[in-house]
Parts: sequence; C-alpha cells; structure tokens
Amino acid sequence: MAKLTIATEICKGCGLCADVCPKKLLALSHDINSKGYHPIAITDQEKCIGCAFCARMCPDAVIKVEK
Amino acid sequence: MGQKMLMKGNEAIAEAAIQAGCRFFFGYPITPQNQIPEYMSKRLPKVEGGCFLQAESEVAAINMVYGAAGAGARVMTSSSSPGISLKQEGISYIVGAELPCVIVNMVRGGPGLGSIQPAQSDYYQSTRGGGHGDYRMLVLAPSSVQEAVELTQKAFDLADKYRNPVLIMGDGLIGQMMEPVEMPEYVKPELPEKTWAATGWKPGCGRDRAIINSLYIDPNVLEQHNRKLFAKYAVMEQEECRWQEEMTDDADYVIVAYGTTARIARSAMRKLRENGIKVGLIRPITLWPFPNAPIQKAAEHAKAFLTVEMSMGQMVDDVRLAVNGKKPVEFYGRTGGIVPTVREIVEQIENMAKEAK
Amino acid sequence: MAVVYEKTKMLTDKPLHYCPGCTHGIIHRLVAEAIDELGVQDKAIGVAPVGCAVFAYDYFNCDMMEAAHGRAPAVATGCKRVNPNNVVFTYQGDGDLASIGAAEITHAATRGENITVIFVNNAIYGMTGGQMAPTTLPGQVTTTSPYGRDPNHCGYPIRVSEMLATLDGPAYIARVSVHDVKHIMEAKKAIKKAFQMQIEGKGFALVEVLSSCPTNWGMTPQEALKWLQENMIPQYPLGVKKEVE
Repeated sequence: MAKLTIATEICKGCGLCADVCPKKLLALSHDINSKGYHPIAITDQEKCIGCAFCARMCPDAVIKVEK
Repeated sequence: MGQKMLMKGNEAIAEAAIQAGCRFFFGYPITPQNQIPEYMSKRLPKVEGGCFLQAESEVAAINMVYGAAGAGARVMTSSSSPGISLKQEGISYIVGAELPCVIVNMVRGGPGLGSIQPAQSDYYQSTRGGGHGDYRMLVLAPSSVQEAVELTQKAFDLADKYRNPVLIMGDGLIGQMMEPVEMPEYVKPELPEKTWAATGWKPGCGRDRAIINSLYIDPNVLEQHNRKLFAKYAVMEQEECRWQEEMTDDADYVIVAYGTTARIARSAMRKLRENGIKVGLIRPITLWPFPNAPIQKAAEHAKAFLTVEMSMGQMVDDVRLAVNGKKPVEFYGRTGGIVPTVREIVEQIENMAKEAK
Repeated sequence: MAVVYEKTKMLTDKPLHYCPGCTHGIIHRLVAEAIDELGVQDKAIGVAPVGCAVFAYDYFNCDMMEAAHGRAPAVATGCKRVNPNNVVFTYQGDGDLASIGAAEITHAATRGENITVIFVNNAIYGMTGGQMAPTTLPGQVTTTSPYGRDPNHCGYPIRVSEMLATLDGPAYIARVSVHDVKHIMEAKKAIKKAFQMQIEGKGFALVEVLSSCPTNWGMTPQEALKWLQENMIPQYPLGVKKEVE
C-alpha cells in the first residue's frame, strides 16, 4: 500500500490528478478549503499503488507520495 | 597616471570609468558617442574580468546593465538622445529596483532623429526622471574633458552610495573635443557592501534570498517604496548638489549655463566685464539636484538673470523656480545643433543693461 | 515508508497564484526539480518575465531578478557575464519572448549566451486577459481576435524553436508538452538537459513548453489539455530541434 498526503489548503480542485490516476482513486471532496475550492481526496487509500502520476500532474505540488 | 594626455572627451570618460573599476559595458552605436563603446571594446577585454558587449539595441543594452548591476558589478552604458529615449523604460526599472549604474548621454539635437550636432535639449528628460513613474537620477554635467573624467569616477561612487543610476550629461561637444587631461588615481571610498546583489543563494548562507525587482503590487507597499526613494533623493539634494560660481558677488547680471554653454558664457562674462558691465556666472555641475542656493543668493543683489542653453529653454524653468519672481530671468538659446557664440551672449546682456536704464 | 514523490525544496512554500489547472505550476516544478537534482540551487539565478509568471521570483527558491517585458534574455546576459559560474535561467511566456522580446531572445541565442531559457507557449496573453499572442493559432478566438485569428490580416503564428534552431549560436533547442504524465516526464528530461548544457558551458539552451490556459481559452483544465494536444501539437511539433555534441 502507498500513502498519499494531500495539502488540501493549497489544492485548487482542478482535478487533473484524478484524470491521470490509473486506479481512478481520486475525486473532489465535498469539503471546501479556505480559498473556496473543493480539494482533491483519495477515495480508497488501500488501492493506491504509489505511481505518483497524480503528484507529477498536479500544477500546485499538492500531493506527497510514500510507499 | 598623473601625466597629461590629449584625449577626446568620449575616450577620456571610458578610461575614467575603467579606472574607477567599471568592468562591464553594454552599448549600441549612435553618433556622437561612438568612441565610448569603441574604446571600451578595445580596452575591456585586456582588463582582468572586463567584458564589453555590443547589444542588439539600446533597449537590450540597458537591460543588460540591469542584469549586471543586479549581480553586483560596476557597469556602464552610453548613448545619445534618441538612444537614451529608448533606454528610459530600463532606467525606470533600474531606479525602481535600486540598482547602481552609470549612464552617459552625449546629447544631440532633437526632437526625433534631430541631428548629430551638440544640444542640451534633454534637460527635462534627464532631470525629471525620464521614464515612467516618480523618480530622480543624479545628473552630472561636465564642461571640460578633465571634469568629465573626474565626474565619471565620482558617478560610480555616487551610484553605489545611493543605489541609484547616475547620468553623465554631455552635450556632444564634450564628447567630441580633445583636451589635455590628467587621469586622476582613483581611490575607492568606503561604500556599503552589495549584500542585496543576486550572486547565488542557499538556505543558511547568511542573507535573505536576493530579489532584484521593481514590482510592488500592493498599493501601500508601492507608496512606501516611493517614499523611501524620495527620502533618498532628499539626502542627495542635501549632500550632492554641485556648482561653480564666478564673479557673482558684485554681479548685476548673472548668467546661468552648464556644460559647453558655460564655457562660452564665461568668455562672454569676461568680455562684458572689460566693457564695464558687472556680470557673474553660475554653472550648475549637478543638473539634478539643481543648485538653487547660489541662485537664490545672487537674486538678492543681481538685477537680472540670463539663462543660456542649447535648447528652446528648459533649465530656465529651474532658474525661475529658484529666483521665485524676485528678479527677471531672461533666456537665450540656440538649437538644432547650433552653439551660441560669445558675441550673441554679450549682445543679450548689453540689451538687458540698456533696457534697465 | 519511502518518499516516492514530494514537492522540491527549490520551490518556496508560497502558494502559486495561477488559475486552477494552469500548467505553469507543473513547469515551475520541473524547472525547480531540475535545478535541485543538478545540485546548483546555490548557483541558480532566475529571471522572471512580465506575464502570468511575473511573480516567479516568489516561487523559485534561489536568487531572482524581475525583468521588463521581453527583456529577460538581456537581463540574464548581464547577470551571466558578471558571474559566469552562476546558473542563470529565464522563464518567459509567448507574449514576452516571441513578441515584445523577439529581438532579445534572438540575439541571446545567436550569441550562444550560456543561459537556459524556459519558454512557456500557451498561444495567448494570460495575465492581461486573453489577448492574441504571436503564437495564437489561425482561427483561434481571443479578446483581440474576436472573430478568430485571420492570418491574412495579422499574420501567422511563430514557431520560435524552429526559427531559433536555424541560428548557429544555440546549443540545445527542444519543444515539449505537459498535457499528460508521459510528456511531463519528457519535458523534465529536456529541461534538465538545458540546464546541464549551461553547467557544461555548451551555450544557449531553450526549451519551449506547450502549455494550457483554461481560463482564457474558456475551457475546463481537462478540455484545455485535450485542446493543446489536438490543436497545438500539430502546429508546434514536439522534439529536439537542435543539439550540439
């Protein structure tokens, strides 16, 4: 299992990470951050393979990936 | 050094700059200042750490100056009127980013392409900033090749002291004429270290990250920045104002003139004194800050002032501001590259004296 | 657990001001990672442009200079000539580099100025609100080409990389894209190479990065990347345009 750490406060909810996730594990959260964006969230941490595609695609360096 | 050499003004300025530690020159050809880049292109590659680069335009040249000054170097560029107009955007950025550099303007006739003959019609542009925004440059106006040498060296020190560009304003003639000149041995005064320069940074290296910048998007911060710049200009006005006075003590008529025009005015003054008219001369050496003090003092006793310029009348405004209505301020100017003659100035004063009677 | 991927220390903690889904952030990260991986943070000096990346000096964690519009290559030239050991790069958009700064980039390139240029091409002026750029595609609607760019009226887009590759001066010129992860990895390689060239003293290196502008293109970030892929890449073919040994 891999671990994603998402800096939700600086996420702008563009969703580009969700599109590139090979397992389709990322979706916008219902929460709203202080900037007014719905930040991205992982739907099933267990299934994350730690490929870091999401982190490489993210324009705001929001995601840290550990494995 | 120390021995007298016969040098062209432009070349003497270039050599003086090198003596003062200028190792970087970025320029673009334009008459009548070409001997400065030419001299630099010959000399700088032979000086340790020296670099001359002919830029693709005046615009590029002044931005190379910005980059070199931002990296902490003593750097110079030179041009003539139309070229200086092109540099104005960059000069404004340099002032905004508080970078030291020396800029030479060998002024030629304008507007537009104008002529290649000497003129003083860039006075407004030089003394009021020149580019966009609210700012000042120190403007030094030599009237001999020897003085050009001394002021050029001083310019680098002043630029570093105030982190502000210094403009050497010659009038074409100063650049082109040959005079005997003694290259003084340059002694660098104590100046603040350039800890603000962008030279490479890493966390814990003992200073903040250098950001060479003139953008202050927050209106309050920009206003603060402008106030800081103007506090600096206030110190310059206090400390750096230079002028030369000749025979003003008993003068009924005071001529105010700078650069080449002051030399002609001096001859006119002597001639008029021989003819029994008491004439004095005030020669501003710094055009900004403008020497108000000697003019105000002379306004106490003089009958009238005559400002002589190679323009349609620009510095005369500053003379009138200094005199502040106390005495008449007349103007005599030639333009288009025509240099006023001694005889013309003599006639002007004689007419003023006649009218007074 | 080992870190597979995290934000490089060559970027400051300041949150990027770019619009959601704007690829400037990706390109910033690639540049920062390249500098970090080459171990030259302490030598790096970045020159920011005028345009959307005007605040780049807040993001790159090294000494920075902010240049006038289009003049970054001239500023970088002055800086590099003073301290040749510094690793000097410019980060410029298409309006900045290909329009107002066309002379400065061309001459820095032909001089073989030993600097690295990151050229972000998104076919539009972003910061000023979506006006036509020198790289705007024929037919593309912008706020100053409201009926679509008509080449008969205002000319054709400039292929900067191909144009500069005709010069003898440059050491390395490549065009890359950041519309998907594979291309991002390739872009990173090219950017790193462009810095490597400078470090080795080989001379002028430029990487043109095709980028998106969802806000001014009037698209979602996803649509914008698709549009980039389908419309920009045919106009601006990817690949290495010049490389000296």
